[in-house]
Amino acid sequence: MLAYTTRRLLIMIPVLFGMTLIVFSIVHLIPGDPARVILGETATEQAIADLRESMGINRPYFVQYGIYLADLAQGDLGTSLRTNKSITSEIGPRIAATFELTIFAMIFAIIIGINAGIISAWRQNSWFDFSAMIFALVGVSMPVFWLALMEQWIFAQELGWLPSSGRQSSLDPIEPITYFFVLDSILHMDFERTISVLKHLILPSVALGTIPMAIIARMTRSTMLEVMKSDYIRTVRAKGSGQFLVIYKHALRNAMIPVLTVIGLQTGVLLGGAILTETIFSWPGIGRYVYEGINYRDYPVIQSGILVIAFIFVIINLIVDLLYAYIDPRVKY
Amino acid sequence: MSDVILELKDLHTHFFTDGGEVPAVDGVSFKLHKGEVVGIVGESGCGKSVTSLSIMQLVPNPPGKIVRGEINFKDDNLVNFREKRMKQIRGNEIAMIFQEPMTSLNPVYTIGNQLVEAIRMHRKLSKNEARAKAIEMLQLVGIPRSDEVIDEYPHQLSGGMRQRVMIAMAMSCDPEVLIADEPTTALDVTIQAQILDLMRKLNQEQDTAILLITHDLGVVAEMCDRVVVMYSGQVVEEGTVREILKDPKHPYTKGLIRSLPKIHEKEQKLYSIPGTVAKPTMDATGCRFAPRCEFAFDRCFKENPELYQLANERSSRCFLYDNEERGVEEHVQTDSRG
Repeated sequence: MLAYTTRRLLIMIPVLFGMTLIVFSIVHLIPGDPARVILGETATEQAIADLRESMGINRPYFVQYGIYLADLAQGDLGTSLRTNKSITSEIGPRIAATFELTIFAMIFAIIIGINAGIISAWRQNSWFDFSAMIFALVGVSMPVFWLALMEQWIFAQELGWLPSSGRQSSLDPIEPITYFFVLDSILHMDFERTISVLKHLILPSVALGTIPMAIIARMTRSTMLEVMKSDYIRTVRAKGSGQFLVIYKHALRNAMIPVLTVIGLQTGVLLGGAILTETIFSWPGIGRYVYEGINYRDYPVIQSGILVIAFIFVIINLIVDLLYAYIDPRVKY
Repeated sequence: MSDVILELKDLHTHFFTDGGEVPAVDGVSFKLHKGEVVGIVGESGCGKSVTSLSIMQLVPNPPGKIVRGEINFKDDNLVNFREKRMKQIRGNEIAMIFQEPMTSLNPVYTIGNQLVEAIRMHRKLSKNEARAKAIEMLQLVGIPRSDEVIDEYPHQLSGGMRQRVMIAMAMSCDPEVLIADEPTTALDVTIQAQILDLMRKLNQEQDTAILLITHDLGVVAEMCDRVVVMYSGQVVEEGTVREILKDPKHPYTKGLIRSLPKIHEKEQKLYSIPGTVAKPTMDATGCRFAPRCEFAFDRCFKENPELYQLANERSSRCFLYDNEERGVEEHVQTDSRG
């Protein structure tokens, strides 16, 4: 396991390096001059040239790239052109917000998706199987923004059970420690606030988690059906095992390998920022941050946002690969 | 006889498919005595595996279902048992090993985990005691460095080793009956002989009755006391292994034995029974084997023969052994000798 982990970590180095190069190139090759955008149409050529000089974008690309890498190594993502603040300090809370939302959305998706898939496979062609799979089909086909709006309309507007947007009650903002508000409120021993923060999480988590849930349920069902037919399951039955042990110990672990791939990919997608959901629920996450950056041609923000998202993907893939090896001993060899 | 441990009476296992009802096991009856090795022989698709899965109540349902008949194990009819009682029988009193050792062990758990699970399912042992028992079982089936193998995964072992593990697992709770469904088919010949030796040893030392399902008459000759020959879901002949191999009664058995290569004969082409196995159907009339039988006459196509009881506890499902048709038999006897 140690050798496998080391090998897997070493592979990450060229990947991360390549990533920075691609991100840097994309941003610098697309047309549009940020200096011109910042100063507006009425600016003089001299003013634009001065700004280009001070931003460093008049230098050769490879010099810019070298400076960029050196800054990155020091944890400096640059300065936002729009707010003039350090991106590193701006992006941190955004990442925390997106992580918190993703964690809850994926917990919802995994618990319901996997169990629905298992029961559907166990009771194949039953009414449960039938309705769960129709539900899953609707789940994958439904546009996220529509589901989000319906949720807000029903549960916030009409029933008034849950808050319609934001991460917390705006009248009484929390003193952030980790920027994970559930954790922060617990650290403050303020459990009333914990409940309020959790309430804010429910609607966006469900909206965001529905598609992954449906995909996980369908994937679990089909792989479970496959695994349940295998010889080793017959062996387990012939030993005298009950259905529960057969399914949850022997079948599920084998069926988890493809399901894990899907979970990893979906987690990556959600962490990469769910722009629609974050916009509808006024969730100050990474997706919205990048989206705003694009609107203002805020190059450093776009660049940093993409880099962070790509980095998250790489980490998720690493975790998934390590989990593969944990679940299936054959992977290590 | 009083020492009958397992008796099948008129067992019918049918599959309900989109193409209609298929009587995969169509009225099978036979007995297994204590400590005896009985072979079930037949071509692929004759219902021998479904018969063995029926005994364990492991026929995939749907589409399969035991529709009629009895499976008497000691004093109980297993067909009436609920799943909960069957769990106590499976792996404990009746154990089973399968054809495919390569895929019959769960790839994601260690050998030890799977063995200990089998032992603790039926015996009240602590984890350590069960582990000690598992190592002992691995030694018993001839696995070298069994205290290391126990912590290895199935993919680290060869096919023959995996089949030994399967046997160790099956024997770990001292079952009274071991059902072996083609246990050596997937193994090469030298390993095959070792596995058969091992099974015979267990049969003799632990007095376990073995139901050996195979299509290999060589394996039957080596292992079995008695043989049940199946064709298209029915038993067509039964008798001791010596008598069946030396003097087969049913035309199908005759054909099977004739199609074995003989060491002293230098025939260019090996005999084969013409045609293919009839797929069992619900509306079959006449003898299932009649279309391929060289002795078939009118009656064979009209009614299905019963299993005629012959001398020495032998039986044959063929009109040639019906007293009314005796004359014909004489004719056949001389005919086949000539």
